[in-house]
Amino acid sequence: MTVSIVAYGLGNLGSVENMLRRVGARSVLVRTPEEVLESERLLLPGIGAFDAGMRRLNEQGLTPAIKEFASLGLPVFGICLGMQLLLDSSEEGTEPGLGLISGTSVQFPEEANLRVPHMGWNVVEPVHDDPLIAGLETDSRFYFVHSYKVVPKYDEHVLGVTDYGGPFASMIRSENIMGAQYHPEKSHAFGMRVLSNFAAL
Amino acid sequence: MSVFPRVIPVLLVSDGYLVKPLKFHGEKYVGDPINAVRIFNEKQVDELVICDIDASVKGTGVNYTLIEEIASEAFMPVGYGGGVSSANEARRITGIGIEKVVLNTAAAEHPESVIEISDALGASSTVVSIDAKRRLTGGWDTYVRRGSRKTRMTPADAAVRAQQLGAGEILVSSIDRESTFTGYDLKLIESVTRAVTLPVIALGGASGIGDFAPALDAGASAVAAGSMFVLNGKHHAVLISYPTPEQVRMLGTTS
Repeated sequence: MTVSIVAYGLGNLGSVENMLRRVGARSVLVRTPEEVLESERLLLPGIGAFDAGMRRLNEQGLTPAIKEFASLGLPVFGICLGMQLLLDSSEEGTEPGLGLISGTSVQFPEEANLRVPHMGWNVVEPVHDDPLIAGLETDSRFYFVHSYKVVPKYDEHVLGVTDYGGPFASMIRSENIMGAQYHPEKSHAFGMRVLSNFAAL
Repeated sequence: MSVFPRVIPVLLVSDGYLVKPLKFHGEKYVGDPINAVRIFNEKQVDELVICDIDASVKGTGVNYTLIEEIASEAFMPVGYGGGVSSANEARRITGIGIEKVVLNTAAAEHPESVIEISDALGASSTVVSIDAKRRLTGGWDTYVRRGSRKTRMTPADAAVRAQQLGAGEILVSSIDRESTFTGYDLKLIESVTRAVTLPVIALGGASGIGDFAPALDAGASAVAAGSMFVLNGKHHAVLISYPTPEQVRMLGTTS
C-alpha cells in the first residue's frame, strides 16, 4: 500500500501527500533511479511545461528508471503534466516523452469563448469500467488546470472523456500505465476515491 | 462549455484570526481560520482564497505555520495572499500544498516579482489581485497595501500589465462594495474582463446567489465572496454557508 511519489522539482507534492495521508495510504518521496526501482507503485505528479518536466527527469537519471519500472508491469499513475509526460511527445516542447503510452499532447484550439487554460471543475465520463475509477458517483467532478490535452494514438487507451471545446481524453490507461489530466489531490472526495483506488491496485 | 463557473469564498486573516472588515476598514472577529477551512472543505467548495491582511501592511511576513495547517485540511485548490514578494517564498508556499499565490502590493510596487514568480510556479499558479475604488469623477483607481495607497493605474491597466508580466488569473475587488451586500460592481468587472483574456475572479458586494449570474455575464470566470459565506441574517451572525453543487451547476446553464 505504499505510493512512491516521484519528486523531480515540478509538482505540488504537499497536496498529494496530504490527500494520501487522509485516505490512509503510505507515501514516500522518491528522487533517485534506485528508489524508483524499489517502489511498489509510482505516482508522477507535475505542474508546468513539458520540456522542463522531461529535462528534470533526465537530469535526475529517472527516465530510464521509470521506463524499467513500467516494464515490470507495476502501476504508474501520471497526473496533470505527469500524465502528458507518459506519452511520446508534446506540441508544447521538443523533448521526447517517456513513451509509455503511444500518442502526443496538443494545445487547445484558439476559439472565441474558450478561455485557455481550461481552469476549474468539470466532469469525466468513463468510457468503460476500471478499478481506478471504481465507486465514483455519476456526478463526480474534478479540478482541471491545463493548456494542452493528450491525444492517445489508440482509442482503447482512453479511460475517461471530458468536454471543453469538444471532447478530450481526461483519463487514459494502457495496462499498468494510467493518467489523469485533472488534479485528484485537489478534487475533494472524488479525487480521494481515485487516489485510494490507485493505492490499492 | 461544460466547465462550471467557480464560486470562491475569500477568507481574511489578521493576527492568525479570521476577520471580516468593512470597505477595507474596521474588523469583525469571525473565528478560527482552520475551523472555517474545515467547514468549507466539508461543503466541498470549488476553491478557497486566504489573505493575510497584516502581512504586507504590518510587514509581518508569510505565516507558514498557518499555511501548513490550512493545506492539510483543504482538499480543493487554495490561493494564498499576503506578504509574498519573491519566487522563493512562492515556491515554499506551493511546496506545502497551496496551488496559487495571490500578489497585490508586490505586483504594483515590484512588477518584476510577478515575472519571477510566474517563471517559478507557472502562470496558472500566479494570481494578481487588484483592489479598485470608484473615483468621484468616474472610473476607478487601483490601491495597494490594503487600500491605503493609491497607484497611478486604472484596474484595467493594472490587469493588462499583470497579463503581460505572466499572471494566469486576475482577482478584482471593489473596495466600495466590500461587506456591503449590495451586489458586485458590474461595470468594474466589465472594464477588467474586456481588457484581458485571462480568467477574472470578481470580489466585493455579493449578497446572495442571485448576484453571481450578472457578474458572470459581465465576463467574470469565477465569483468570489467573503461576508456572504461567513455572515448570516440581519444581525450578521457568524454562520458559514455555501451553495449546493446543484446551485453552482445551475449558474453554468444560465450564463
